[in-house]
Amino acid sequence: MAKVIVVTSGKGGVGKTTSTAALGAALAQSGQRVVVIDFDVGLRNLDLVMGAERRVVYDLINVVQGAVKLPQALIRDKRVETLYLLPASQTRDKDALTEDGVARVIAELREKFDWILCDSPAGIERGATLAMRHADAAVVVTNPEVSSVRDSDRIIGLLDSKTEKAEKGERIEKHLLIARYDEARAARGEMLKIEDVLEILAIPLLGIIPESQDVLRASNLGSPVTISSIESAAARAYQAAALRLCGEQIEMTIPSDRKGLFNRLFGRRAA
Amino acid sequence: MRFFSFLARQRDSAPVARERLQILLEYERRIVSQSDLVAILRQEILAVVTRHVSVDADKVQVKIDRGVKVSTLAVDVEFPNAGAKVNAPA
Repeated sequence: MAKVIVVTSGKGGVGKTTSTAALGAALAQSGQRVVVIDFDVGLRNLDLVMGAERRVVYDLINVVQGAVKLPQALIRDKRVETLYLLPASQTRDKDALTEDGVARVIAELREKFDWILCDSPAGIERGATLAMRHADAAVVVTNPEVSSVRDSDRIIGLLDSKTEKAEKGERIEKHLLIARYDEARAARGEMLKIEDVLEILAIPLLGIIPESQDVLRASNLGSPVTISSIESAAARAYQAAALRLCGEQIEMTIPSDRKGLFNRLFGRRAA
Repeated sequence: MRFFSFLARQRDSAPVARERLQILLEYERRIVSQSDLVAILRQEILAVVTRHVSVDADKVQVKIDRGVKVSTLAVDVEFPNAGAKVNAPA
């Protein structure tokens, strides 16, 4: 049974695309069939983060408009064989995305894949609402920072009112993914703590991604962090989040790259 | 850690962020849900009224005034006298 997940945040630059790529790769590495879709028409970037920018021929808009068949636009990952990308159009306008067209594409993908990850554009406009429209569940990516938390709150409100599930009176599953978390700064009172963000947004926690140099390195290389630095703290955090998405009960930790005295003294506290 | 931050005489900024967010979001959530409520009420009132008299959709005003203890709901429906179509209730 396919599951459609929207990766969303409201605010830009918090790590939606990075998280879509990393979660998608982590899910696919366990042999499940995964497709990641870029909904950011006109400002696509998932292709770049996935390292497939030179292999894009057709895109989501071509499929939505019926110009090409879905398999022609799907790009198979060269490293993980069950991972596919459906890129956004870089030249077209976001109005080219029609509600019926998107519904048709999602329905067709449900037949072929176990997981359909929709990378939402920032904002609350058409692209973002269409990306969440058919979702069974949402991953809300938030940074422990005031503007990101505020925008996530707004997005949670939209998930509860504007999705197909919500309109049918059903509950849409929502998961919070806190990215760019710096445990040391939070401990010093310089950054919102996990508990603060959870109390304010009041949705269950999917994972905590520590601030990590490996994430920038991964996008430099065009390889999701769960492929390029599989042992890194960020990759382990995404792997754990992917397992939780699959319904596994895994203790919540904040993976760390530093194996020094600091960690032994302060431990790793689960939220 | 606490000891050193005391020496630096700098107030922790995270609790400030938390408090500001809590106050702001409590307000924003109310605004959003309230504007939804007005839209829903307006739509349903219009539907009920048009079953009996023909009303221009623009002539239905719904307003909520939120007070400290009670709120008031004001509904203003304007319809023409001459030629008003009166249907028997279903």
